[in-house]
Amino acid sequence: MNKIVEKENFSEKVVKIVVEAPLIAKARKPGNFVIVRVGEKGERIPLTIAGADIAKGTITIIVQKMGVSSTKLCQLEVGEYVTDLVGPLGKPTEIHNVGTVLCCGGGVGVAPLLPIVEGYKKAGNRVITVIAARSKELLILEDEMRKHSDELIVMTDDGSYGRKGLVTEGMEEVIKREKVDECITIGPAIMMKFCSLLTKKYEIPTMASLNSIMVDGTGMCGACRVTVDGKTKFTCVDGPEFDAHKIDFDEMMSRLGGYKEEENDKMDHFQN
Amino acid sequence: MAVERVEMTEMAPEERIKSQRVEVNVGLTKEEAMREATRCMDCVNPTCMEGCPVSINIPKFIKNIERGNILEAASVLKETSALPAVCGRVCPQEVQCEQRCFYVEKLNLPSVAIGHLERFAADFERESGVISVPELAESNGVKVAVIGSGPSGLSFAGDMAKLGYDVTVFEALHEIGGVLKYGIPEFRLPNAVVDVEIENLRRMGVKFITNYIVGQTASLDDLKEEGYKAFYVGSGAGLPRFMNIPGENSNGIMSSNEYLTRVNLMGADSEESDTPILRGKNVVVVGGGNTAMDSVRTAKRLGAERAIIVYRRSEEEMPARVEEVHHAKQEGIEFLTLTNPIEYIADENSRVKQIKVQKMELGEPDASGRRRPIPMEGSEYTIDATVVVVAVGVSPNPLIPNSVEGLEVSKWGTIEVVKDKMQSSIPEVFAGGDIVRGGATVILAMGDGRKAAKNMNIYLQEKYLSNKVEH
Ligand SMILES: Cc1cc2nc3c(=O)[nH]c(=O)nc-3n(C[C@H](O)[C@H](O)[C@H](O)COP(=O)(O)OP(=O)(O)OC[C@H]3O[C@@H](n4cnc5c(N)ncnc54)[C@H](O)[C@@H]3O)c2cc1C
Ligand SMILES: Cc1cc2nc3c(=O)[nH]c(=O)nc-3n(C[C@H](O)[C@H](O)[C@H](O)COP(=O)(O)OP(=O)(O)OC[C@H]3O[C@@H](n4cnc5c(N)ncnc54)[C@H](O)[C@@H]3O)c2cc1C
Ligand code: SF4
Ligand code: SF4
Ligand code: FES
Repeated sequence: MNKIVEKENFSEKVVKIVVEAPLIAKARKPGNFVIVRVGEKGERIPLTIAGADIAKGTITIIVQKMGVSSTKLCQLEVGEYVTDLVGPLGKPTEIHNVGTVLCCGGGVGVAPLLPIVEGYKKAGNRVITVIAARSKELLILEDEMRKHSDELIVMTDDGSYGRKGLVTEGMEEVIKREKVDECITIGPAIMMKFCSLLTKKYEIPTMASLNSIMVDGTGMCGACRVTVDGKTKFTCVDGPEFDAHKIDFDEMMSRLGGYKEEENDKMDHFQN
Repeated sequence: MAVERVEMTEMAPEERIKSQRVEVNVGLTKEEAMREATRCMDCVNPTCMEGCPVSINIPKFIKNIERGNILEAASVLKETSALPAVCGRVCPQEVQCEQRCFYVEKLNLPSVAIGHLERFAADFERESGVISVPELAESNGVKVAVIGSGPSGLSFAGDMAKLGYDVTVFEALHEIGGVLKYGIPEFRLPNAVVDVEIENLRRMGVKFITNYIVGQTASLDDLKEEGYKAFYVGSGAGLPRFMNIPGENSNGIMSSNEYLTRVNLMGADSEESDTPILRGKNVVVVGGGNTAMDSVRTAKRLGAERAIIVYRRSEEEMPARVEEVHHAKQEGIEFLTLTNPIEYIADENSRVKQIKVQKMELGEPDASGRRRPIPMEGSEYTIDATVVVVAVGVSPNPLIPNSVEGLEVSKWGTIEVVKDKMQSSIPEVFAGGDIVRGGATVILAMGDGRKAAKNMNIYLQEKYLSNKVEH
């Protein structure tokens, strides 16, 4: 049982939760995630650690309401408990000083990107960050990103804030303007796919952080498998970050829909 | 007239397939058990004991049943086995104790029903409510950690608690019990049976910490800093194998670990659970072991019209317990033996719809001693499947081998230990169960836990308590 000590609604659909987890706060590195379960009948869902405070013994997670499990988590209030929380899971991001790094986040993927941006900056890189959302209300962590980036570009699909356009448009502008040594992309699978296609064209090494469906998060079930470079990998233990140019994004996207009907039934059941 | 081997009363197949949580075997009555016990001839040379990996004193416990001293029988079992109610249910008796029974070896008759009697005695004790908490040695204050709460870790924890150690079990999942909880279904092994044993360990002072992955949440070195003097790794063989054939990552195809975990650990057979499960009209399970049987029978209980085993050898080579195969057949499971999948065909939504299979024939025996299956050219055909469960084996869980420097690991990923001592290349780290054997049985995993406890005690006594212990 882990107590929620702070909560902030970023938007109607996106919530920031700070929860007690002293050991995880100490052990976590950028790129790690946790598995959370709410209630005795709850599902185990993976969420990235967006930040940690070792002194306070807390971690921050940022959740978007998708289906039953994420909604239940978002409904918890300060003082209430998460039934189970385990981590840190996954391999951490490999952060080195490489020169100029382009960090691209879309939607709630901006949350897991934050510790990575911080990490790259600390390692002495020039960090250019592009964050994107469908509209202004859905944009998160703008100030935090600005603080840790040398330059921040904000894109919205509808032009309600920042520049109008997709994340890839902001990226291409930077790539054409200056030499980019490495790129990292986190967001909806379709976004990561197009980011990857773009950087492939310019031959920029790129990592993508995958959000596969998971159960245990310890390599025990294989629900999270993806094809990378023609080989089956388990996202939870071999990833979640992989060489984006080698990921079979089409398979990955279709696997995200593997339980769609069943999840929708659960949502109907939950709402009625 | 000679007494015939007792028949275990079973729930009717058409009733039991309605629920994942109804146990198939009802258990013996006291009368049945006492009558069966008379069959045991209390052999001077009880070969049955040689067949039991932990050498339970079989005639002694059975003769106690015959005399009606059931609690006494239960305590004989506990001298050797930490979880008799579990082993009585899941041991492959027909290739262990019962295979070596005098009746089988010399008389060509059905063996004494050792497993049924073991279960009876353990259940009787549990249901009587007078479970004896074993006597504990005076606390010696030495902290030891157990990594993994499967049968191996639990039996180790029990023995160390008895010896006076301060034992903490760390478990990655949110439940205690390892495969006993997330793998083996309740229709074979009710969770309540396992929980009573865990409760006993708690009463003996064993501490349990769930949601804690050693090597991730904290390292072995961190635990040393917290004062743990020695470690027992019972982290199991949790890594599922796939066949790496085309289309295997299509939706609707999953490992038996995923399928069984969703149902058994997450309760996905119930509407109330938030965890979804795929229910299909035609469910195909690939494999012939206990895991495959558990998966296919689970599929039936989840409402599959056809639940089919596809296995590349013949029924004779199936590693599953004979009783499970028998129960599966009663439940209407179909068996396609000498058949192997070679490709999965998906629909336009990437959901599996058919399996291309190939017929096999048996050749010469291979390294495992079983006849090697050889594909028959030109025998390919397809079968319909809406859900496929792959149950072709597991590999050792790599979390601990990857996170502990200096730990010697075999090329199969199992932890290397000094046989009989269960001590690894790092003196304070012992290991046993599936992480050492690759994938074995509950009783072997428990036996390892006991051996490790005995030898770790010797190690710790000499190192920290400056006592000489008889080896
Ligand atoms: C390593 C990792 C890190 C993650 N980090 C975060 C995070 O920091 N914040 C956050 O909000 N989410 C994150 N996710 C995604 C999050 O786990 C899912 O959104 C969540 O499991 C959905 O559960 P649900 O029951 O609420 O929705 P469901 O009912 O499971 O799903 C609702 C709908 O969303 C789709 N869906 C299901 N799972 C996913 C998924 N993983 N990604 C995209 N669509 C999905 C389904 O097809 C369905 O249509 C992460 C996932 C992974 C693997
Ligand atoms: C479906 C199924 C059916 C079976 N049926 C039978 C049967 O009928 N009869 C029989 O004898 N055997 C059967 N077996 C085999 C038997 O269950 C195993 O041999 C036995 O459980 C092994 O015990 P163990 O303690 O070594 O590991 P496990 O039971 O696998 O337990 C290991 C535990 O360690 C935890 N863990 C792993 N890494 C870490 C870490 N780093 N930190 C903390 N915790 C960790 C895991 O989460 C797990 O809970 C079956 C197996 C399966 C999967
Ligand atoms: S533990 Fe297993 S092998 Fe040993 S006597 Fe009991 S049932 Fe037989
Ligand atoms: S071999 Fe059979 S008959 Fe003899 S002691 Fe063992 S169980 Fe009894
Ligand atoms: S989530 Fe189960 S193996 Fe990755």
